Amino acid sequence: MYKVITGNAAAAYAAKLCRVDVVAAYPITPQTTIVEYIAEFLANGEMDCEYIRVESEHSAMTACIGASLAGARTFTATSSHGLALMHEMLHWATYSRLPIVMAVANRTLGPPWNIWADLQDAISQRDTGWIQFYAKNNQEVLDTIIQAYRLSENERVMLPSMVSLEAFVLSHTSEPVDIPDQEKVDEFLPQYNPPFMVIDFENPKTIGNIALPEETAKHRKYIMKAMENASSMIKEISKEFQEKFGRYHGDLLEEYELEDSETVIVSMGTIASTAEDAVNLLREKGEKVGLLRIRVFRPFPERDIKRKLEDKEKIIVIDRNCSWGIGGALYTEVRHSLYPGGPEVVGFLAGIGGVDVTPSDIMKMYEKAKKEKGGSFWYGP
Amino acid sequence: MDHREESPMEDLLLPGHAACAGCSAPTAVKLTLEVLGRRTVVVVPACCMAVIQGLYPKTCFSVPLVNIAFEAAAACASGIEAALKRKGERANVLVVAGDGGTFDIGIQSLSGMIERGHKVIYMCYDNEAYMNTGIQRSGATPWGAWTTTTPVGKRREFKKEPKKDLAGIIAAHNPSYLATATIAFPLDLKRKVEKARDSEGPAFIHVLAPCPTGWRYPPEKTFEISKLAVETGIFPLYEFKNGKFRITYKPKERKPVEEYLRLQGRFRHLTKEEIEKIQKMVDETWERIESETRTEI
Repeated sequence: MYKVITGNAAAAYAAKLCRVDVVAAYPITPQTTIVEYIAEFLANGEMDCEYIRVESEHSAMTACIGASLAGARTFTATSSHGLALMHEMLHWATYSRLPIVMAVANRTLGPPWNIWADLQDAISQRDTGWIQFYAKNNQEVLDTIIQAYRLSENERVMLPSMVSLEAFVLSHTSEPVDIPDQEKVDEFLPQYNPPFMVIDFENPKTIGNIALPEETAKHRKYIMKAMENASSMIKEISKEFQEKFGRYHGDLLEEYELEDSETVIVSMGTIASTAEDAVNLLREKGEKVGLLRIRVFRPFPERDIKRKLEDKEKIIVIDRNCSWGIGGALYTEVRHSLYPGGPEVVGFLAGIGGVDVTPSDIMKMYEKAKKEKGGSFWYGP
Repeated sequence: MDHREESPMEDLLLPGHAACAGCSAPTAVKLTLEVLGRRTVVVVPACCMAVIQGLYPKTCFSVPLVNIAFEAAAACASGIEAALKRKGERANVLVVAGDGGTFDIGIQSLSGMIERGHKVIYMCYDNEAYMNTGIQRSGATPWGAWTTTTPVGKRREFKKEPKKDLAGIIAAHNPSYLATATIAFPLDLKRKVEKARDSEGPAFIHVLAPCPTGWRYPPEKTFEISKLAVETGIFPLYEFKNGKFRITYKPKERKPVEEYLRLQGRFRHLTKEEIEKIQKMVDETWERIESETRTEI
C-alpha cells in the first residue's frame, strides 16, 4: 500500500512491521517524530511492544542493550548529539554482539546549534563496530530497516546496524512509500531467535567480566570476521529482498551509468541521489560520467570499489562530513581502496552544516575536478 | 517470625571470589541472593563487584550476570525488566552497584529508572569512595575522611563536604520501597530484600559496605565497624514505604561516633574538635530522622 510519508514515518512503519519487542528512545530534533509515530501506533493499538521513554540517549542505547541481552528485538532512533552521547554504549552493543537496529536522522553537531543535515554524527561512530547504511530516499529507509534486522540477527553476523537518513532532506520530506504487507515482512523476517541466551536461569552465565588481553583480542578478531560475513550477507539479503518485494536499492553499492563512464562521482546518502541528476545533465553535454553510491559504509566495500573503479580515469568523491586535518572520510577510504595505482581521486567537502547541494553544484565540482590531479577541496561557503 | 526458615538458603555466590579480605560487599550479595533465589538477573556496573565476580572464563555468580558501563546499570536493568515483561517471564532484576556508580555518575539513569517505575531492586553497596580505582573521594565519602584525592597533607585537605543524602533523593522519587541495611544485621537485611522483592515497583536498598582496604582497618573488624556504624547513629537502619519513613533498629543508647572513627585509619588525622563536629552532624541527622519516622507503617 502506497502512502505519502516522511522518512521518519517510514522508519516508524519499519519498526512496526518488524514487530520489535522493546523500543527505548529519547527525543531529539530531527529524529523526534520517529518516536512520536511509534507512540501513536501504540496508543492506537496498531503496534504492540514495550516502550521505555528513557531520560537520555545514553540510557536509550543501554536499555536496548539490556533488552537485547534478554532476547528481545529492540529498536531506537536518534540524531547528532544524541548519537554522540551514545558513543560508549555503541561499543558496548557491538562487543556484546547484539543485533540492535537504530535509525539515525543525520544532523550537524554543535556548536553553533544547527539542526540541518550532515553526516558528521554517524561518520564519527564509524569505528564502533556498527554496520552503517546510508539511505537516499524514504522507501530505502523503510526497506533497509527490515533488511538490517535480517542481517544483524544472522548467526554469522550478530552485530548492530544503524540506518542513516539525512535531517529534513529525508526525515521531514514526504515521498510516496510502498508499505509492504505484514505477512510478507513476517515471512522475510521471522521472530528473533538469539543463537546464544545470556539470561538463562537454567544455565546461568556471566557476560562482560574482566578478560585478559589474549581473550579480549580473540573476541575482537571474531568481530572482524563477522563484518566480513556481513559483506556477503548484505548481497544475499538485498537480492532476496528484491525477489520478495520487487525493490532493489543496491547492496553495499549502487551504480548509476557506471558501465561506459570515464569519470565517476562517489558519494553517500541524498547527495548521491542528487548526483544522479547531475550525471544526466552532464551526459546530455556528452560527458562520460557515472555514479557510484556507497550504501554501506561499514563494512566498507573496499574490493568492490577497486574492481569497479580501478580502470576509470578520474574519481570525484563528495563528502558531507570531515575528518579534520585530512578531508572527507569517504575520500580517504576510496583512495585507500584504489591503492596501489588506480585513477586520480579528487575530494570535495560539500553540504556541511546543512548547506544545500544541487545538481549544478555537483556539475561545478566536476568542472573543477577536471583541472585537478588529486587532493581534497572545500566546496561552497 | 524467623526469616532463617523462610528464605531459601541456596548459596548462589560461590566461594573463591576475588574480593579483598574482610570486604563486606560479597556478604551483602550472598544474603540478598539467598532471598531472591535462582530466578534473578544481576546487573553490575563498573565497581568492585566487577572484579569480585572473577576473571573470564570464571565467575562466582550462580545466576545470570550482566556487566554494564559505569553510569548505565539502572538503564540496563530497565531494558532487561521490559524484555522479561514482554516475554512473560517472571524473574527478579537486581542491580548491585557501588557508591560511585550510584551517588555520582549513575544517578541520572537511577533517577530515570525509579521515575519510570521499573520493577527492579537496586542495591548500592556503599564503601564511601571509588575503591576499585584506588580510594578516590565520591559523593558518598563522609566529611572528614582521607582519600587519595582528598589527602590530608600539611593543609589538612581531607574531605570537607558532607556525604550526599542519597536516600533523601531516592525518597523524593517516592519508590515502592527504600531501605538501609548492613551485614551486621543480616536478618534485617534479608527481610528488607524480601520487601523489595515483593514490591510492585522500584526498590532501593542502601547497604553500608565497610572496606578494610580503603578505610584503613584490619580485615577482621568489618563486622564490628558495620555494627558500630548503626550503634553510633552514623548509619541508621530504616525503611521507607508509602511516603513514610520507619526506623527498623533503634540503639538503646547511641554510642559516641569516636568509637567508630577511631577504628579507621581514614579518620586518624581528625582532632578532638573535628570529631565533635562529626558528632554534632550525626546528632542533627538523627533528630531529623526521628522526627520523620514518628508514624509507624
